[in-house]
Amino acid sequence: MDAAPILRCRGLGKRFAGVHALRSVDIDIYSGEVVAVVGANGAGKSTLMKILAGVLRPDSGEVFLSGQSVRFAGVRDAVRAGIALVHQELNLADNLDIAGNIALGREPNRFGFLDRKAMHTQAREWIERVGLDLSPASDVSTLSIGRRQMVEIAKALSLRAKVLILDEPTSSLSMGETSRLLTLIRTLATQGVAIVYITHRLNEVLDCADRAVVLRDGERVAEFSRDQLTRERLVGAMVGTIRESQHVGSGSTNEKAQARLVVRGLQTQAHPKSTINLSVHKGEIVGLAGLVGAGRTEVLQSIFGVDRRIVGDVSLDGQIIAPSDPVVASRCGIAMVPEDRQRDGLMLEDSVRINASVVKIARDSIAGFIRRGAERTGVARMIDLIKIHPALPERQVALFSGGNQQKVVLAKWFSTEPSVLLLDEPSRGVDVGARAEIHALIRKAAHRGAAVLCSISDTEELLLLCDRIVVMREGRIEGEMNIADATEDAITRLAVVGGEDVASHSEAAA
Amino acid sequence: MKKILGIAGIFLMIVIATSILSPNFLTAYNIENLLRRTSLFGILSIGVGFVILTAGIDLSIGGVVCLSGILTPYLLNQMGWSATETVVFILLMSVAIGVMQGGLVAYARIQSFLVTLCGLLIFRGLARGVTMDQTQGFQGKFSELRWIGNGRVSIPGVEGFALPAPVLSLIVIAILSIIFLNCTVWGRWMKAVGRSPSAARYSGIPVARLQILAYTICSLLAGFGGLLFVCDVGSAQPSDFGNFYELYAIAAAVLGGYRLSGGEGSVVGVVIGAAVMQVLRNAIVLISWLPDTAEFAVIGLVILIGVLADEFLRRYAANRARIQAKGT
Repeated sequence: MDAAPILRCRGLGKRFAGVHALRSVDIDIYSGEVVAVVGANGAGKSTLMKILAGVLRPDSGEVFLSGQSVRFAGVRDAVRAGIALVHQELNLADNLDIAGNIALGREPNRFGFLDRKAMHTQAREWIERVGLDLSPASDVSTLSIGRRQMVEIAKALSLRAKVLILDEPTSSLSMGETSRLLTLIRTLATQGVAIVYITHRLNEVLDCADRAVVLRDGERVAEFSRDQLTRERLVGAMVGTIRESQHVGSGSTNEKAQARLVVRGLQTQAHPKSTINLSVHKGEIVGLAGLVGAGRTEVLQSIFGVDRRIVGDVSLDGQIIAPSDPVVASRCGIAMVPEDRQRDGLMLEDSVRINASVVKIARDSIAGFIRRGAERTGVARMIDLIKIHPALPERQVALFSGGNQQKVVLAKWFSTEPSVLLLDEPSRGVDVGARAEIHALIRKAAHRGAAVLCSISDTEELLLLCDRIVVMREGRIEGEMNIADATEDAITRLAVVGGEDVASHSEAAA
Repeated sequence: MKKILGIAGIFLMIVIATSILSPNFLTAYNIENLLRRTSLFGILSIGVGFVILTAGIDLSIGGVVCLSGILTPYLLNQMGWSATETVVFILLMSVAIGVMQGGLVAYARIQSFLVTLCGLLIFRGLARGVTMDQTQGFQGKFSELRWIGNGRVSIPGVEGFALPAPVLSLIVIAILSIIFLNCTVWGRWMKAVGRSPSAARYSGIPVARLQILAYTICSLLAGFGGLLFVCDVGSAQPSDFGNFYELYAIAAAVLGGYRLSGGEGSVVGVVIGAAVMQVLRNAIVLISWLPDTAEFAVIGLVILIGVLADEFLRRYAANRARIQAKGT
């Protein structure tokens, strides 16, 4: 690569609420090459891409496009300059056909009327270029996810994109679709498009990248050219040196303790081909590890019965219960703290009291009537115990900070003393202090005898909180380890490449 | 309480203005009449309030009022049923209508607007079909049953004024509703469903059952309301009995502080809302320089002003709460 890079980043930094998401990152991208950006959850991949595509503005550093310093005011600005982002969640208008989507916002017109013919002719060219064998008049809603992605890419190309950023494009594609997409990416690169490819699937990096940049904790920690690329090197760079963990856990190491929650033969809708078996003992905190999209949330939701159509048994203290919906699960003593607390955890316009007591009032009621006194003292006790600040039971939940909102969700369930506690990213979007308090509360629940199953993306946090870690990948359980044997390295390895893959690949390497 | 201050203020203003503009407004006869109409419409409005609380809407009220109001004299006179049999049938039918419509909303996940719009057409159509569009009346009989609609309860020591019987029904229904919504778990949960169906589900609240319950209460009160209406007026014409009543009910609920997005509202507010609507209609008739034909325009305008004022007050209060929260 003797030519100047089309895109050059110097010292890019970004902080969210005081936490570094990106620290002084330098990256050069040349026309006609495929650069893979890899890293574990929270490494800063998405933040970097959003800065490049104009979604976010960096706190520090500069971006140069064709040697010119640029500051994008927004996505439209970046697109006009020739940088297009194809997002993880596809952004196509379902009610339009392919041509309509490609031309969206700049439809050809004649005297103010839509020129459908011209639109379709133009669209056909781009559809052919991405190798889609479809009519421009096909409805987008009838297409598979893989094909939609192709349409997105066609749209980006039609905008004369010089740099195409693909954010985890294969996360929901089948094998066939994936290989078709990778072929297209190579073809586009030979035509001179610069491609930035974000993924945590190492096979794809090895297959198709000219260069790989590894991010970890917001920093660029390694870069490998094509001839340096090996799976071991990538994993090594993603995982980094092993940190001393100050594990606390629940203190429960009693191996013979009673299995409280047992899941047998569970199949989730998202991953109907894999079967989940797991058990959580009384007083134990089990962490579900894995990359985003590994199927952890779906497991928790199936146990709680949010996901209606499930196969498999869930038993509680040896008794099979069929939590076909959360009403049954909750009555059996299962509690769930969902990932999206604003949508699924809280009634934001209601007070702390209303939110924190919504489950408990039913348990305390007499003939269906709420016992007001019990409600008020119960909420006051929870506010005190869980340290909700400010301690104002009648204040609207929407007016509290993220950490305190999460504590209100915890209060809702803790007041009922559940025997099983399911937690989905319990400390997401919560500051460090509140996180420690939330951990302490979870441990307290375990001490009381609850079986705790929590899905946590952050490996460090898993090691801090859990007694045992179950690692999932693409809907399957890849392995599990006791906290004594667990390291960030081992967890990330299992989460990224899986249990069997490591063995087979090292054999192949030898 | 703050929520009903606004509507109570509007009510007082309209009452004062009308009593100044028309000498016939504050007469015993007129007040009795107003109380009767307010009670009848208040019952429908309390009913639709439950559905609006769960973020739904019930447009079928007019159809249910019509069906129940037509069937009551029809069953008594044409079919020769006893008063008890008729009333029990009407109430059971209303419950069945509510369960069906609620089931379609909760389980088949069809939008409540569509389900109940179809209901509105179906129930009126049924009433017209069964009776071949013939007006149904009590033919001067069944005065005991009719008392619940047209009766008067004299107040000891008061001459020339008696309490219309439907007021009693309204008071009982309002008190039961207030107790249900404020003192029971299901009432609290019904509000939760309207606030956030998703959070309600994740809290183990039986969302679908509560939705069905809300539609059932609404239809039951609409059916009971239809019974009272026909007992009051004595006969009913299938083609126009109960016309637009769903809109009067919804308007009263909205005026009374219910939010169409669900989760908020008060029973007392709804009753005052219904009273505002009736006083307005009355005022248009009584005030000589207001043409009676402008009734809809005036009512529409007043509702719009009321809702606007309410929205501004709400935003003002929300802003103040936010500023206060920052202070702590």
